[in-house]
Amino acid sequence: MAEYFIETAKGKWEVVVGLEIHCQIISKSKIFSGASTEFGDDPNVNVCFVDAGMPGMLPTLNKECVRQAVKTGLGLNAKINKYSEFSRKNYFYADMPTDYQITQFRYPIVGEGEILIDLSDGTTRKIGIERMHIEQDAAKSIHDLSPTKSYIDLNRAGVGLMEIVTKPDFRSPEEAGAFLRKLRSILRYLETCDGNMDEGSMRCDANISVRPLGSAELRSRCEMKNVNSVKFVMQAIENEAKRQIEVYENGGTIEQETRQFDQTTGQSKAMRKKEFAHDYRYFPEPDLPPLVLTDEYINAVKAEMVELPDAKKQRFIETMGLTPYDAMVLCENKEHAAFFEKAAAGHDAKKVANWMMSDFFAMLNKKRLDISQSPVSAENLGKLVELISKEVISGKIAKDVFEIMAQTGEDPEKIVEEKGLKQVTDTGAIENIIDEVIASNPDNVSAYKNGKTNLAGWFVGQVIKMSQGKANPAIVNKLVREKLDK
Amino acid sequence: MTDITRLTVAEALNSLKNKEFSAVELTEQYIKNMEAGRKYNAYITECADVAIKQAEEADKRYAAGTNRALEGIPLGIKDLFCTKDIRTTAASHILDNFVPPYESTVTQHLLNDGAVFLGKLNLDEFAMGGSNETSYFGPVINPWSKDKNLVPGGSSGGSAAAVAAHMCAAATGTDTGGSIREPAAFCGITGIKPTYGRCSRWGIVAFASSLDQAGPIAQDVRDCALLLRSMSGFDAKDSTSCDIAVPDYENFMNGDIRGLTIGLPKEYRPEGLNPEIAAYWDKATEYLKARGANVKEISLPHTKYALATYYVLAPAEASSNLARYDGIRYGFRANGEHLDDLYINTRTQGFGAEVKRRIMIGTYVLSAGYYDAYFLKAQKMRRLIHNDFLEAFKQCDVILTPTSPITAFPIGDESMLQNPINMYLNDVFTVSVNLAGLPALSLPIGLSANGLPYGMQLIGKPFDEGTLFNVAAKLEADAKFERI
Repeated sequence: MAEYFIETAKGKWEVVVGLEIHCQIISKSKIFSGASTEFGDDPNVNVCFVDAGMPGMLPTLNKECVRQAVKTGLGLNAKINKYSEFSRKNYFYADMPTDYQITQFRYPIVGEGEILIDLSDGTTRKIGIERMHIEQDAAKSIHDLSPTKSYIDLNRAGVGLMEIVTKPDFRSPEEAGAFLRKLRSILRYLETCDGNMDEGSMRCDANISVRPLGSAELRSRCEMKNVNSVKFVMQAIENEAKRQIEVYENGGTIEQETRQFDQTTGQSKAMRKKEFAHDYRYFPEPDLPPLVLTDEYINAVKAEMVELPDAKKQRFIETMGLTPYDAMVLCENKEHAAFFEKAAAGHDAKKVANWMMSDFFAMLNKKRLDISQSPVSAENLGKLVELISKEVISGKIAKDVFEIMAQTGEDPEKIVEEKGLKQVTDTGAIENIIDEVIASNPDNVSAYKNGKTNLAGWFVGQVIKMSQGKANPAIVNKLVREKLDK
Repeated sequence: MTDITRLTVAEALNSLKNKEFSAVELTEQYIKNMEAGRKYNAYITECADVAIKQAEEADKRYAAGTNRALEGIPLGIKDLFCTKDIRTTAASHILDNFVPPYESTVTQHLLNDGAVFLGKLNLDEFAMGGSNETSYFGPVINPWSKDKNLVPGGSSGGSAAAVAAHMCAAATGTDTGGSIREPAAFCGITGIKPTYGRCSRWGIVAFASSLDQAGPIAQDVRDCALLLRSMSGFDAKDSTSCDIAVPDYENFMNGDIRGLTIGLPKEYRPEGLNPEIAAYWDKATEYLKARGANVKEISLPHTKYALATYYVLAPAEASSNLARYDGIRYGFRANGEHLDDLYINTRTQGFGAEVKRRIMIGTYVLSAGYYDAYFLKAQKMRRLIHNDFLEAFKQCDVILTPTSPITAFPIGDESMLQNPINMYLNDVFTVSVNLAGLPALSLPIGLSANGLPYGMQLIGKPFDEGTLFNVAAKLEADAKFERI
């Protein structure tokens, strides 16, 4: 894609960004306890003694969370570490019941990987994954219910998280946005995280620095905490980059610090300077043995892997004849891709894609429906395209049929049959109409014969109109010329 | 009628089965002893009412013939085991109002076998100490005390004192660096710390997770075998618990020791070792030789680093394990203007001096910049110490050492209190065993010139508690130690 830089009166600057994304693992129970992970229940309902940090309670590792993490690692094209270890990250806070978080430090379950991001100009770029580890979520502090008290909801305490750390590979807000969308797409394909940033099941921290364009140095970075939408991440990067550039250009320096993004203003404020950074005193978690995975286990998870968006996109391009753009759009969402494949089965895939990308998505948007609620089924959309391909109806009639399908959910064949919308291809019937048009328009016939041959189009239009749009235009065109030229 | 509280658990079970007395009668006698023995300060919480109800249930079972392995046996429980609806303090101010809504796995096993709980026994605060003097509830007095009040050892001091003074038939203990064996030695009774992973740690207030292990403290070897069998077993709720079948330990006592090789580590016998204990060590060796065992000098070359290693690792884990006692969710809370003040005030007032010392040591050795020099080095040393034992056990079946270089000392001993290192030195023979995760048993061998008990320690291969019971039974028979 086009190079991104920020230009000021004094020069051009490049942004350097790495992301850390916390993704809640989809699992029935928490990562180290048997309590439910259900979101949206009453506060402090999904809590067991382990989650509350009661004396003598011990964590036990939820195997489902491990499987989900391995799956995700494979989805990130990353190395699965057969040996990993849990560690304690020690810090005091009221929403951390044991005052330490069980996480992975020196030995994460997933090592280096990479994913391809799709940019708006149709190109792709590789983004490096540094590592991914699994850990427990904290509880939720609620500070705004009382002027003098804080409340703690332990429902979230102990829910499994995957923390994905990228390499500092992003050079523009757009790339970061594309990465988050791609990551969300992969996680949803794998069903390992629902990727809902607004509900907090996917949370992003961005490490942002700038440097003069063309320079290879890495300057001090600021960490923007918990930015909770793709749009805000992009905005936070741009605004933070501008802030840093202004500091540098005024002769100042940037010190490593943690900043809090304010989504109402788009600006951020310093939370914690480096010298006040916590010393987390990481050490191996003595309550959990190291996590050792076998090749057999990893291969078994591999065997369960679904086709991921990149592979699907490639297949749609190569075997179904889609354009890279159409394939990318259809594959971003697993349900959309599945709908498409079902609709395209046995039909003209490219035409099905065109229909989905235009009338179909427009209809869903207008009705504010999810694809799973679509009144037009995949089979029926396929049938509609088939009716056009087989010239049973024209493209124009098809639009009317689709309207009816969107309202009633009916089978297009049935609609065409009942409403008598079948294209007339019977040359005898068409000839009768042509004869009638010729007979009732002698002036135009003679004008045609005198050289105004473009009047043929007018005759064709009259015939189609008289057939109420059902006459096959190609046949009408051919027969009208034959008769007029006689 | 003889005093039925003088009976061992095995003997009492026999009498109960023969209906010589009832479980209620037995329990009432122990309650009397418990009340009469309050001067020892062995119990933090007495539960006479609960105990009587449990004993009544036991009698019904005897009547119905559905009596279980420990039916009606009155036990004392170290106050580090969470007991459902019974206050559990860890001998700390910070938990002195804590009533767990759950039962630890080990105590649940004992209840499932029909045991009666008389109450919760005193200990060093959070099991940190070797003399039971760090308890928020005051020191425990060793029943062997004569003119001066002596310590019972620690941290399971209440357990050892209560068993020695017949204030319970047997007790549970926990052992992180010697906390079962040292008090058992100081009080002239028997205790075993099993292999790490043998007893579930679920529901036991954690001190140092990678070292903590529960075990019984009892009158004799047989009672330890009976109790350990009940307390042991795999627990899915403790990921460090081992799924290995629990044998009938009592059966091993009938074994023969002919041909067994007893290892004597030369590093445990430095110049200047207390000659009294050295003499008992020789005597114990002779007893075993006389029964046909072979004796072999072995080497555990990294022994001299064991104490330093232990006093880095145990505080490190403790500093993290004790973070949860912050006044937010349960236990003692001292209010503060802000969250940080609340933490500081709660922990300043809630913890005693020794616990604070270890939290600070542990925090220090885990800090950025010190981790490699202390914690990581200690981890490596732990591995070397473990390897020493693996090597040694290629040449011998069981290792014989003293339990402690000294006998019980007076409460408030200046040298111990002024320099905690002197206190830590008492653990010199016991901590390596925890670092290596091995089973070890302490039993009384004889009295000092001033009439105080010495203990001998038998160290076994992982999960080979059976051999310890076999050898210990022979030593016990030969030593003919007279308990109080």
